[in-house]
Parts: sequence; structure tokens; C-alpha cells
Amino acid sequence: MIVEQISVFVENKAGSIEKVTIALANAGIGIRTFCTEDGSDFGILRMLVTDPKKAESVLKDNGFSAFCNKVVAAKCANKTGSLAYLLNKLAERNVSVEYMYAFQDNDEARVVLRTKDIELCNTIIEEQ
Amino acid sequence: MNKDFYNPVEGISRDELRKLQYTRLQKTIASALNVPFYQKAFKALGLSASDIRSLDDIIKLPFTTKDDLRNNYPFKMAAIPLKDCVRVHSSSGTTGNPTVVLHSKNDLDAWAELVARNLYMVGVRDTDVFQNTSGYGMFTGGLGFQYGAEKLGCLTVPAAAGNSKRQIKFMKDFGTTVVHIIPSYATRLAEVMAEEGVDPKKDLKIRILAIGAEPHTEEQRKRIEELLGVKAYNSFGMSEMCGPGVAFECKEQNGLHIWEDNVIVEIVNPVTLQPVPDGEIGELVLTTLNREAMPLIRYRTRDLTRIIPGDCPCGRTHRRLARFQGRSDDMMILKGVNIFPIQIEKILMGYKELGSNFLITLETISNNDEMTVEVELGELGTDNVGDLKDLVKDITRKLKDEILITPKVKLVPKGSLPSAEGGKAVRVKDLRKLF
Ligand SMILES: [Zn+2]
Repeated sequence: MIVEQISVFVENKAGSIEKVTIALANAGIGIRTFCTEDGSDFGILRMLVTDPKKAESVLKDNGFSAFCNKVVAAKCANKTGSLAYLLNKLAERNVSVEYMYAFQDNDEARVVLRTKDIELCNTIIEEQ
Repeated sequence: MNKDFYNPVEGISRDELRKLQYTRLQKTIASALNVPFYQKAFKALGLSASDIRSLDDIIKLPFTTKDDLRNNYPFKMAAIPLKDCVRVHSSSGTTGNPTVVLHSKNDLDAWAELVARNLYMVGVRDTDVFQNTSGYGMFTGGLGFQYGAEKLGCLTVPAAAGNSKRQIKFMKDFGTTVVHIIPSYATRLAEVMAEEGVDPKKDLKIRILAIGAEPHTEEQRKRIEELLGVKAYNSFGMSEMCGPGVAFECKEQNGLHIWEDNVIVEIVNPVTLQPVPDGEIGELVLTTLNREAMPLIRYRTRDLTRIIPGDCPCGRTHRRLARFQGRSDDMMILKGVNIFPIQIEKILMGYKELGSNFLITLETISNNDEMTVEVELGELGTDNVGDLKDLVKDITRKLKDEILITPKVKLVPKGSLPSAEGGKAVRVKDLRKLF
């Protein structure tokens, strides 16, 4: 499944991620999962939220530098070896993963995958 | 050739202009000799008014500096009795006494005429609604533009500085077509418009901006023009020379016509004080030609610029000054290299990803002077830290090419640096230990 991810520029200092979460909470937007990528002075907070379009405009209105793009949220069975199987399917078609993170969606495990060609990645995943 | 001038003097021949300048220079000298400071200065050089037999003899005359004005605070530079002066302006002095400029009634009329001439030159007419976002009071950008725009017959909106939301409301409700604004505040106002959901191109009627009072780059001007859907023209003024009105860009947007019926222009080498040829950068030196209350002879402006050689297609014969290259006061010296904030601004403005605010910090780190450039990120445009690191590397490399020193570049979130709300933004923080 292709979903929209929100990325926010955050400074590496106390309270900067908190500000983002407060802005979203005040707008009634829930965070389903997130991960951070760290630079030295700054980082990027990536999130899947309940309402990505609204989140993007709320964040921009609150003065954040935000970016919305598409990622694949792949179902992954809750058993040993399933992630290896999934990644193997991508590797077979020469799709390399830029980054990934995971979350639990109603009893189901999901893996968020960012690749260059999101459509291709999604097709491979859906074929399974 | 366009002969639609506000004042026919804009197009007179260079010969006529020089004759006019010489006649007026003699008047200026005679009047300046009422001032004890000039009496002493002439005496020290063994000079009398009759020694100035042609315009070229101006180089025999003494210079006047900002310190001379400070030392004669408040009214010792007056050439006429105080009862004939009607206004005083003063510049904010960071050290010692401020500089004070006195005006007679005729001085104010002449000043308003210059501003009206400038506005007319870029297409402003009596049908326009002119909003002034300058601070009023002692700062000359307020009253200077106010009286000029009134003289031209515009409907004037003296909104004064600050309160962006109110500025935008006036623009919308009054149908403002012309705005006087400092460049950093123009960018700030565009940001507030976006926040307020006002599209300047659809919801506002602004077509002309007079921008000045703050050094800025061609890139910044283009950005302002794009953001607001306007034509932005550079204005040059300084309180010592009355204020705004001294020089202004014509529609060609290639240099500022400096009104040579109002001042004699010299560009000198700031070290040797010898004149440099047209086209070469030097310090701008001005002699007033119409000033009654406080004539100034060869005033050293500290502004670095050059004359653009050649005729302007607009048909005006008054020479053009190039974009200002900074002030000797703004200059930072780091590791023996002279650096102007505008050089850094020029590079940063070239990046669409960046916002308009930046801050240069100079500090001593383990006995080394280091420069940090913090700049606000605008749009994120990526989900990848690597892209931002590449951006920082690219900015660092371009800055190094420009200023010959490698600064530490830091991206910071929007709103974390000082911005210019109606005043000048703080661009440089010098925390160095000075021995
Ligand atoms: Zn011209």
C-alpha cells in the first residue's frame, strides 16, 4: 500500500521534536509511527499520521519546514523470516531500500519502505 | 528618447549641468563660510572662496566627515540663524553624539521635489496610493517620502514601521499601488501575506516598490519582485544629505541616477583620497548645492560605489551610481581578509531552499577567529538528511569561493533568527576577544 509520509526539519536541541508533536496534537492529528534521521546540527523527523495533507498544512502554518512524499507500507506477517522474504523479493528485482521502519497496525505488522521507485516497490509487494 | 521628466533639469546637457553646478558651488562655499568649522578648515589650507575658479578646483576644498558633524553637535554646522531653520533630523549614533541635520523651509521643499522626481521617474503619478512603511520621527525615510509623495499628489498612507497584519490590511482596503519599504521587510511581509492567505498578485494592487536604506543584492530584488508581483526600484539616501531622494533607479534598473543639480559627486580612493576614474570603485563624496541651513562640502559618505560609465537609455544626463558595495563600517576583517555581509547575503539568496534570514557570528575558538553562518531553511523539499548535508556543503563551497574563508554553515528552523520588522535586521554578531 502506498501512503503519504510527512518529514519535518528539526534542530538537534531539547524540545524541538516536542514542538512538532504539540502542533499536531492541537490540530487533532494522530501519529501512527515515526522515525528520526540524525545529522550533526539537525535531523529529519519522519512520520505517518492520521491526516497527512492536513498535517502538512498545519506544520507549515506553525512555521515548520515540512515535506510530504510517498512511501510503501508493506504488510509483514508476524513470524520469523517474513521480513527476510519480503526484502528478498525486492532484491531479486534490484530494488534497493533507502530506509525503513516498522509499526503495528491493528494486530498486523507493517514495514515502511522508501525506495527510489515507489510504484515498482509497491507492485512487487502487492504481488506477494 | 523618453522626455517625460518631472523636472526639465533631468535632461539638460552635461555642459549646462556643469555650469549650473559651478554657480551653485560658489553659493555653497559662500554660505559654508558662515560656519566656524569651515572658516577654520579653509584657513588651515590657506584657501579662500576666490581660489575656486572652476568646477575642477573642488579637489582643493577640505573634506567633511561624520566625526566633524558629531564634534559640532548639535547646531554648530548651521549656516543660517536657527530662527530660519524649521526642522532637525538626527541619525541614531551608536557611539558618541548623533549627527544632526538642520533644514530651512526651502531645504524641505527641495528635498520633497527630489523625492517626487524619483517617484515620477519610475511611473508613480497623482492617481497612485502610496504607503510608507518607514519609521517616522527622526528617521528621514518616513517624512522624506511622505512630503515627496504628497508633492507628487499621491494619496499617502503614513502607515509607519511594523505591524505586518495592519500593513497588509491597509494595502488591501486602501488599494495601495506604491510602497516604500526596506528589502528585508518586503520579504518578511510576503511571508506574512502567505500566512494570512493574501495573494499579493491577485488580492493587492501594488505595482511599484521603492526599496533602500539597507544593502541588498540583485538576487534579493528579483526575489521581492517575484514574490509580490511588482517592480522594485533602488533608492539611495542618507540623513546627512537630507535623506531619501539623493539618487534613485530609473526604469532601466541599471544604476541610480544621482541628481547632480543637487550634489557634486566625487568617487575617491578611501586611503589616498584621490579621485578615481568613472567605473572604478571608491568612496562616494558629496557636496551639497542647494542646501541653505547646513551646506556640506566634500562629505565623506563611507559608502563604497562606482559611477556607471556611459549614457542611460532613459535620456537623463545625471550620472548613475552602481549598486553599493557596502559601507566601510559594515566591513568585517577576519584572518586579514575584508568581508562585507552583502557578499554572504548574495550567495545565500541564490538558494531557493533557504529563507531570507541569516546571522553571521564571529568568535575566537582556541585562538582562531572563526565564522559561523546560520541560515533559516525555507521549504524542506526532501525526506533525507543527506540532501541537506549536500546543501550545506554546496553553500560552504560557494561562500569559500566568494570570501576566501571557510565558514561553518548551519541550517536552522524558520523563525529562529532575528528578522527585520520595520528596522534593520542584525546580520553580524562579533563575539571575538579583542586583544
Ligand atoms: Zn536612466
